[in-house]
Amino acid sequence: MPPHGQMRAPAKPKNAKGTFRRLVSYLAPHKGKLIAVAACIIFSTAASATGTFLLKDVVNSYIQPLIGQAAPDLWPFAQFLLLMLGMYLAGAVATLVYNRLMMMVSTGTLNKMRKDMFLHMEDLPIRYFDQRTHGEIMSRYTNDTDTMREFLSQSFPQAVSSFCSVLFSFCYMVSLNIWLTLLVIALMPVILFITKAVGKKSGANFVAQQKAVGELNGFVEETIEGQRVVQVFCHERKSIDAFETKNENVRVAGTRANIFASILGPIMNNLGHCNYVIIALVGAIMIIHGYTNTGVLISFLTFTRQFSMPISNLAQQMNVIMMALAGAERIFEMLDEPVEEDKGYVTLVRAKKDEAGNIIECKERTGMWAWKHPHKADGSVTYTEWKGDVVFEDVTFGYVPEKTVLHNISLYAKPGQKIAFVGSTGAGKTTITNLINRFYDIQGGKIRYDGINIEKIKKDDLRRSLGMVLQDTHLFTGTVKENIRYGRLDATDEDIVKAAKIANADFFISHLPEGYDTMLTGDGANLSQGQRQLLAIARAAVADPPVLILDEATSSIDTRTEALIEKGMDQLMKGRTVFVIAHRLSTVRNSQAIMVLENGVIIERGNHEQLLAQKGKYYQLYTGMFELS
Amino acid sequence: MSFKKKDSILRLLKYAGKYKWPLMLCPMVMIGEVAMETYIPKLIQRLIDEAIPNSERTGELSQVLICGGLMIVMALVSMGFGMAGSYLGAKGGMGFGRNLRQALFEKIQTFSFKNIDKFSTASLVTRITTDVNQTQNTLMMLVRMGFRSPIMFIMSLIYAAQMNPSLTTILFVAVPLLAAGIIFIMKNAHPRFQIMMKKYDIMNREVQENLIAIRVVKAFVRSAFEKEKFGKAADDVTQAQRNAEKVVLWNGPMMQVIMNGCIVAMLWFGGQQIIRGEMGVGALLTFITYVTQILMALMMLSFLFLGIVLSRASISRIMEVLNEEPDIANPEQAVTEVKDGEIEFDHVGFSYAGDKDNLVLQDINLHIKAGETIGLIGATGSAKTSLVSLIPRLYDVTTGTLKVGGRDVRDYDMHALRDQVAMVLQKNVLFSGSIKENLRWGNEHATDDEITAACQAAAADEFVRSFPDGYDTDLGQGGVNVSGGQKQRLCIARALLKRPKIMILDDATSAVDTATDSRIREALRAHMPETTKIIIAQRITSVMDADRVVVLDNGKIADVGTHDELLARSEIYRDVYLSQQKGVA
Repeated sequence: MPPHGQMRAPAKPKNAKGTFRRLVSYLAPHKGKLIAVAACIIFSTAASATGTFLLKDVVNSYIQPLIGQAAPDLWPFAQFLLLMLGMYLAGAVATLVYNRLMMMVSTGTLNKMRKDMFLHMEDLPIRYFDQRTHGEIMSRYTNDTDTMREFLSQSFPQAVSSFCSVLFSFCYMVSLNIWLTLLVIALMPVILFITKAVGKKSGANFVAQQKAVGELNGFVEETIEGQRVVQVFCHERKSIDAFETKNENVRVAGTRANIFASILGPIMNNLGHCNYVIIALVGAIMIIHGYTNTGVLISFLTFTRQFSMPISNLAQQMNVIMMALAGAERIFEMLDEPVEEDKGYVTLVRAKKDEAGNIIECKERTGMWAWKHPHKADGSVTYTEWKGDVVFEDVTFGYVPEKTVLHNISLYAKPGQKIAFVGSTGAGKTTITNLINRFYDIQGGKIRYDGINIEKIKKDDLRRSLGMVLQDTHLFTGTVKENIRYGRLDATDEDIVKAAKIANADFFISHLPEGYDTMLTGDGANLSQGQRQLLAIARAAVADPPVLILDEATSSIDTRTEALIEKGMDQLMKGRTVFVIAHRLSTVRNSQAIMVLENGVIIERGNHEQLLAQKGKYYQLYTGMFELS
Repeated sequence: MSFKKKDSILRLLKYAGKYKWPLMLCPMVMIGEVAMETYIPKLIQRLIDEAIPNSERTGELSQVLICGGLMIVMALVSMGFGMAGSYLGAKGGMGFGRNLRQALFEKIQTFSFKNIDKFSTASLVTRITTDVNQTQNTLMMLVRMGFRSPIMFIMSLIYAAQMNPSLTTILFVAVPLLAAGIIFIMKNAHPRFQIMMKKYDIMNREVQENLIAIRVVKAFVRSAFEKEKFGKAADDVTQAQRNAEKVVLWNGPMMQVIMNGCIVAMLWFGGQQIIRGEMGVGALLTFITYVTQILMALMMLSFLFLGIVLSRASISRIMEVLNEEPDIANPEQAVTEVKDGEIEFDHVGFSYAGDKDNLVLQDINLHIKAGETIGLIGATGSAKTSLVSLIPRLYDVTTGTLKVGGRDVRDYDMHALRDQVAMVLQKNVLFSGSIKENLRWGNEHATDDEITAACQAAAADEFVRSFPDGYDTDLGQGGVNVSGGQKQRLCIARALLKRPKIMILDDATSAVDTATDSRIREALRAHMPETTKIIIAQRITSVMDADRVVVLDNGKIADVGTHDELLARSEIYRDVYLSQQKGVA
């Protein structure tokens, strides 16, 4: 198997601008809604800023003039307040509307993004999955989309609204008193500087914390996964010590990150108070000298409080936005991975022979299949009967180009033949079968299927014609029946039972609590390894494919049970081209041809008797079993 | 979510250890901050209502300066308290998290196999990572806000009532309204969020299954089918998310309406009081500030409450592990010396659940002499692994007794026993680190020569040397850089380094080819004549040269004897043998 690469996700985007632009294109279909959102945010913040602004009028025009009047006329005051109330209500409605719209936009965008990811992922080549851990790919769906969600549903509207309220407050402040506004602006750099400094510290510490947590989690996963080994080797004390070191690292880094994350609140809040005092002081001096009046100052002071809050808020949102962009970048990176290339144009179709003996395409089930081969040059179509003839011509392959694992492999399998591969672990047996179905593409030589270069065959049709029972059996959450039906979606219940009988799985299935309707969960965790292999065989049987590849299909089934299913397997293999990989030589004995592989080279070939007579590696392997008796 | 009421965060506080001081100090400091924060509006009032008009009248700034100076001092003190609160909260919370994590991990290290079986590996990992984080964050919020918010609420209320009792009545309408609103929203949102989480799990499972089984999906050309399945799962998530969020998003506008409604009401009633000369403008503004603080405190409390409720599930999962009793414990006055590798099963019965009526192993009687080599063979599910697991006391026998070196295994100190019983597990793992480090698990003081010798015996030396870094080759997580057969051989070498009195190989060479397999057995025999060897295998060749072979069938010993004896009299053994050598001339 090719090695897994381990990559740690960076916290900062590499190309923030490009990623942002691409993200915008994701939001483009929601343009109408987003414009409405922006309008509502503007309206809502304008309403609350205006409310503050109107405080001046309430005090200056409606309250102070009435002070000391015996029978004040309160009606205009009431009218004005009703107006304010109306405006506030409208603002709240606008908030509700944009919250709701943004919720639709963010959930819709995430839905699209998830589907895009999955759809793309399904089309990625096997190589992609070899190079990454499952956890790494999984975190695109979990962590990265989660930060996207936070960004879309919270940070984005909050940033816009913070920006708007700063803007509106600023406008009103200018209209109230330009000199005091200039003073506020002059004080701004202090706040910005502190915000930035703390933000930077917090960011760096956050990265350090993530790293420490990542290391700890890795250690925990590994140790608990191997807990039984830990116990068998009495390694508990050492594990605890190693854990303690990593745990302490998390504590130190976490404490720092957390201090800097939460310290900004009190700093900003109280700097706001200081700002307030300075403005009040300068304002008072201005009043004394007749440059302004009390009403204006009061209103202005209220704005001062409203002004600094969104600015520090904006600064904090920037952190989330950066994280979301980094997440988006990783998502886009996955979406940019090139999909499995398929230049094939030859397809597999149902066929029959007409009176003249020519192969023609047909719709009905005839049991006969043909390769439909369109010729671009003259637009004609030729049909080749599907037989299951596989030829390797001088095939060379490596998972990475610089390290060849298969050297000049040539072999042929005639229709109906059983071809076996034997050899030690890592000799390249599984690799060969992965080339037939084009999980990987060869670097040199040719593979022909019924005389057609497999690169010309459409991948889906190629794979559909090959039944595989893989080394690691994987089952899906669902019933036993559904899992067998995975082989052929239109299989009837009778087909399924028949296939299960061929695989000798019918017996244990009918002993399950709900028979064929028993739910399997967690990759079939409630079944034994052997039982899972039987199901995988049934799955291949129901698919009824022309060519079968059995990769250690019976390795976890004990030899007695294997002997029991042999009849079924024989029935399954009858008339088909079969490639068998097995450790157990008893499994491969009755093959027409046995290939002995070593270090990616076929060193011996022939049938069982011929190979024994050669007295080579096969003979050694085989007699190795009995030389001790 | 299933949790008991008693699983509250307070029950975990004993794990705070030395971090209880910052945890206790944090709320005090927070109270200091609140005291300043609630007093500052009073100064603002003085500034506006007295100092500024006075300075306007008299033309001198002394009052503004005094008031402003006081305010700056208080702001700085408040800032100091606030920063101290951040520091203490972080230190205490993270320290608590560390101790809790440590306690969990240490607890798990005391677990027997039976305890581990009960929790799955994945769930134990989640408990140590996600659940502890959740709890630690809740505690941090609790120490920072748990006292701050109620005190903010009370102090603001007192000041407001002192300033203007009649205006305070507005709060009698606003507070219950807000509280009712919050409760209504939370009650409605909670179950919807739970549904959402379930849908999330289903969707994530879908992705995970596709990652694991990508070869199956591709081989059967089922990507269209899987895409459709995922599409449905993703749509379900979106639908559930919308259902949940559409309730919560009322929160903001509701707060806005109540807050602004209060302001307008205060302007109306307060304005009239100003007109009548009962109150100053600054007082009104200050009053508004207090009301805002009161409502905000209430909102904060609701978040805190929600956090505590949400963390309950995590806490009860943590408690579950901490309260789990290790199933196997060391005896008092434990024997620390294992005399030799003699093993005696005396009417042993075993059940994983401890159920005497439903035994996996029944009435096992077997005497193994020290130094003997025993083969163990039987069909899948015949309880071979269960049988050998009893020897190093990974599980306790349910009935009967099992003696090692002439003494009941339950009399031994567990570490002493396991040090003498090396077991190469069927599902074995290597850890990240170099090959040498992994091998030293067997004996941390092993010299390089001893390591090489063990690897030679396990037929691993040759391939290890073929690696560019030899014995210093770094194995990734789970030993991903070596093949299955190589991994098995390294695991055997690791066990050999223990120089045990009993060595158990549980299908430990299944991925090793037959020739290498026989070389390893040869080496074992030559190097460890004193050691009792028990070999479980599928391949008959792996056991046929043993002194005796035990045939297990359905949890019972069907027969014991040499290869030739069994071939002659045991039908099962003959079947297995024949099935593996059919076709040989």
